[in-house]
Formats: sequence, structure tokens, C-alpha cells
Amino acid sequence: MSSLSRDDVAKLAALARIEMTEEELVSLSSQFGMILGAVARVQEMDLTGVVATSHPQPIENITRPDVIVASLTPEQALSGAPAQEDSRFRVPQILGEAE
Amino acid sequence: MINKTAVEMSEALAKGETTSVALTQAHLDQITSVDSKVKAFLHVDTAGALAQAKAVDAKIAAGEKLSPLAGIPLALKDILAQEGVPTTAGSKILEGWKPPYDSTVVAKLKSAGIVILGKTNMDEFAMGSSTENSSYGPTFNPWDLTRTPGGSSGGSAAAVSSFQAPIAIGSDTGGSIRQPAALTGIVGVRPTYGAVSRYGLIAYSSSLDQAGPFGRTVLDTALLHEVIAGHDAKDATSVNAPVPAVVAAAKSGDVKGMKIGVIKQLQGEGYQKGVQTRFDESLQILAGLGAEIVEVDCPSFEYALAAYYLIAPSECSSNLARFDAMRYGLRMGDGPGASAESVMNATRAAGFGKEVKRRIILGTYALSSGYYDAYYGSAQKIRTLIIQDYAKAFTKADVLVSPTAPTTAYKIGEKVDDPMAMYLGDVATIPVNLAGICGMSLPAGLADEDNLPVGFQIMAPAMQDQRLYQTGAALEAALLSKWGAPLLTKAPALGGVR
Repeated sequence: MSSLSRDDVAKLAALARIEMTEEELVSLSSQFGMILGAVARVQEMDLTGVVATSHPQPIENITRPDVIVASLTPEQALSGAPAQEDSRFRVPQILGEAE
Repeated sequence: MINKTAVEMSEALAKGETTSVALTQAHLDQITSVDSKVKAFLHVDTAGALAQAKAVDAKIAAGEKLSPLAGIPLALKDILAQEGVPTTAGSKILEGWKPPYDSTVVAKLKSAGIVILGKTNMDEFAMGSSTENSSYGPTFNPWDLTRTPGGSSGGSAAAVSSFQAPIAIGSDTGGSIRQPAALTGIVGVRPTYGAVSRYGLIAYSSSLDQAGPFGRTVLDTALLHEVIAGHDAKDATSVNAPVPAVVAAAKSGDVKGMKIGVIKQLQGEGYQKGVQTRFDESLQILAGLGAEIVEVDCPSFEYALAAYYLIAPSECSSNLARFDAMRYGLRMGDGPGASAESVMNATRAAGFGKEVKRRIILGTYALSSGYYDAYYGSAQKIRTLIIQDYAKAFTKADVLVSPTAPTTAYKIGEKVDDPMAMYLGDVATIPVNLAGICGMSLPAGLADEDNLPVGFQIMAPAMQDQRLYQTGAALEAALLSKWGAPLLTKAPALGGVR
């Protein structure tokens, strides 16, 4: 598939949590034909037996000694919060009324 | 004073001919004079910069031994967190946010006594090649104010090329330091992946992002590189190895006997004539200095752009999930009856610009089940082939070279509605990022047809960054003696005191 319909874009936008106008959906859908056509070139090469690289370096999990080090104070951590209450982030309702 | 190099400014400070406060004020004055035309800065921290300068002057007066760049002003890309100073990454979603901490790069700049003048404009979240994707309006190229300075670090590059700062910090995910350096006639280096800590660098594509230095000379750039590089326990991908001797290399500049590989795939067709001419001329200069020029073949580079525009959007779709309107930044649509999900949807709709949305959707698609193997999976395998091409090429050459960008600076608005045309500008810089190696762009002169700067790109293996500076310094010295004066003396005067 090298194109995306308006409904495909709407589904992806919902997954990505971005509200989109009808105009945005239509415009993105038309641009994606070209963009997907170009990036689909990665399928032209014979990649049989080629190992995937997720990262340019050989990396392994790193841990540090379990000691307390300086970190942000609650005031600092909350300094950019859109809303706060009792030294906590105040967020909109997460679960529905019935749940 | 502002048209001097950072090294000359530092010497003047050491001799007591000037003070850091005077130097900082001179640059703040230049910002006042020219930045209404260039628009390099998103935020100028006048009080903070002068306070830092005053502190350095006190240390100089007390006879303290300071780092070579102490007291020198710098422009900082707005992608790096600086405590208490607005940091937006060019996005409305972070408008007004003041980080409660310093990124490691900023901490290192501060401890070296470098004076941070302010935060520079950029494509939103570093997604773009022209700085036109900034939510705060574009930056203009000091060589021609109707053209883009490149991007995404266009603000930093424009600040240095219009003498608003002698040095600057950028970040390079697909060419975002090297390409704007090329388009504005200055030096820019993307260090080896992991050489500079990403702690506090707002993430776009974590396996590709790397902060790095800009300067007007190779040596100034090396001095800044040395300040910001080094292992950092706060970044799990930070390389735990000594910083390559970049300053010594920039001072030596000897290429006798060095093997320089020209990448067959990164020249010729698709490259503007004047770009190719200046590139070929620089090669001849290097050959004249005793380097051996060889051609190398990197067949998988043809697929690098396609692989990049799958890998980077995939990583960005995940990284930008953190902008959820809960802990910092913009929040829209809150109120009675609003759910967390409806607030996220509304906030991300209002806070993100067109290109950011485009890449998030592309990444979401490339990672979705059913398409993952065909797109993201294939791109990761191309990445392996590119690494192998480089490894093979580096058995034949010490450094590899190409033009930095296929064209000189293009007009504002020319490619803004044609994403594929815009993406093509990164064709020569992207392979470095995919392989995690290092690259430099330095000015090779002006293209005959439009009198705009052309960049010469040098690439070296991981943690061999000194080879960039060694080669760059040799070419820079030869070009300077050919031109008789630095390239930027040919740039138009924008007013100001220069």
C-alpha cells in the first residue's frame, strides 16, 4: 500500500492523540501518496539475511549504585504544571463516570 | 571586536584589552541592530548574559586560571534546557516553559565561563531543513534576507554568520548543524553519536540526535567541541572514552599523506553546478597539500534518505508522546466534562505545527502492526548496510568528503509545501547520522551562479573527530590565503557596527 485514505489518516491521528480538521485529513492523505512512495524505496533492496540496526552503538543497560542523589524538589517538578493541587499534578478525568 | 574570532577575543580578554562585559554588551548591541532583520533569536537573556560576564571578569581580575573560551558570548539552540530561561524547541506546545534544570551541555558551557546570550530559532522540534517550520516564524539568511539559512539549527547559524555571536550550539539529527553551516558560510560539526550528552536535549529521534558546535573558524569550533564533549552518567548512550584531541588537530592542520575518499554517490547529478565546482576545487587544494584522493563506492547511500524518513518519524512519534498536557507545557480544552484523552487531542492539535503532525502520523503508520516489517524494519536493515558501506570506505580512506548540501540557500517559501523537495536537501548529510559517525561542514567559497556560500563536508569514523579538524584546518588555511580574507567579509552589511 503506497497511499493512505482520509479515513486511514483519521485512524492514525486518533492513535497519535491529535485532533484534526477535515482539511488537515484530506491534505495529509494526498501528501502521503508521494511520501510513502518515496520511503517505500527501502523495500527495493534485497535485505535477506541483513540484521536490523536500532542504534549506532553497541549499548547495554546501565545501572548506577542505589544511593540517593540530588533531584528536583516538588516545587521545581511542579513549576511548569498546567494545573496543580496539593503538591500534585492536577489532571483531567482519566476514567469514565461509570468506571 | 565582534568580527574577531573567539580565539582573538579570548586573547584580548587575557591581555586586559577588553572585558567580558564589554564583549557581551557589543554582541547584545549587534543583536539589537540586526536581529529584527535576521530573526535568529527567540529569546535574548540580556540580564543573565551580563551577570555571567561580570562573574567571569571578577575571576579574571582575581587571576584565576580559566578555560580558553571563558567570557566569550554564545548563542544556544532553543532545543537545550537552560534553567529558568524560556525553552520552546520552536513549538507552541512549550511556549513559556522555563526548565527547572540545566541540560548537561548548558552546565558545561556555564562551568567553562561561556556567556549564553540567548536561545535561537529552529524548526519545531528540529524537524525541518529551513527553520521555516518554527512556530515563531522563520529565520532569514544574512547573505540574502529572502532566503532560508537552512535548518533545523538555522537560528544558531544565522547568529554566528551575522556576528551576533562568535560561536553557537546546534543539534544535528539529519544534517541540522552541517547544512545551515554550509548555507550561511560558517563551520559546523556534528560530533560522533554519544560524544556529547543528550541529557536536557529535547528529543526528536534519540538514535540520531547529537548536539554540536558552530564557529566562524575551525579552531573556534574545536575549542567549543572540547568544552561540550565527554562522558555523562545522566545519558545512558554517552560514550565512556576520552574526548578526541580536536583542538590539537585544528592547530596542526597537516594532511600530508592522508587518504581522502570521495563518495561516488554524493556528487554529480542533482548537485548545483556552482556547488560541485567549489567542491572539486577544494579537493584539488587538498591534493596540492599532499593528500591522496581516492574514490569510494557506497551503494546503499541511495536508500539513506528513505530509511531516515522512516526511522526519524518513527522515533519522533514515540518521543513526542510525552507532550500530553499533564505535567508541563500547553493544556487546551480542560474543564467540566473534559477527559484526559480529549485534552490531549485538543492540546496536541493546537500545540504542534504541520510538519510535526506529518512526521508523527508517518511514524505512527510505519510502526503500526502489519506495516512495521515492511517500513521500519526494512529501514533498520538499510541502516546496517550504510554502516557497512562506511566501514569498507574507511579501510580505503582516513576521511570521506562530499558537498554538504546539493544546493545553496533557497528562497523562503520555495519548498515549504513540498516536503519531498525539502527532504532532498539532507541527502548528503543523513548517512552520517544513520551510522552514528561524525561530520563537519566548512565554507568552500561562493557558487558562481548566485554568490551564495557552499559547504564542504568531511566525515570520519566514530570517535575520530580529530580527523575532521585536521583536514578542515588544512583546507581552511589554504582557502583563506587564496581569498585573502575570510569568506564572511563578502557577506552584505546588515547595519550594526561591523
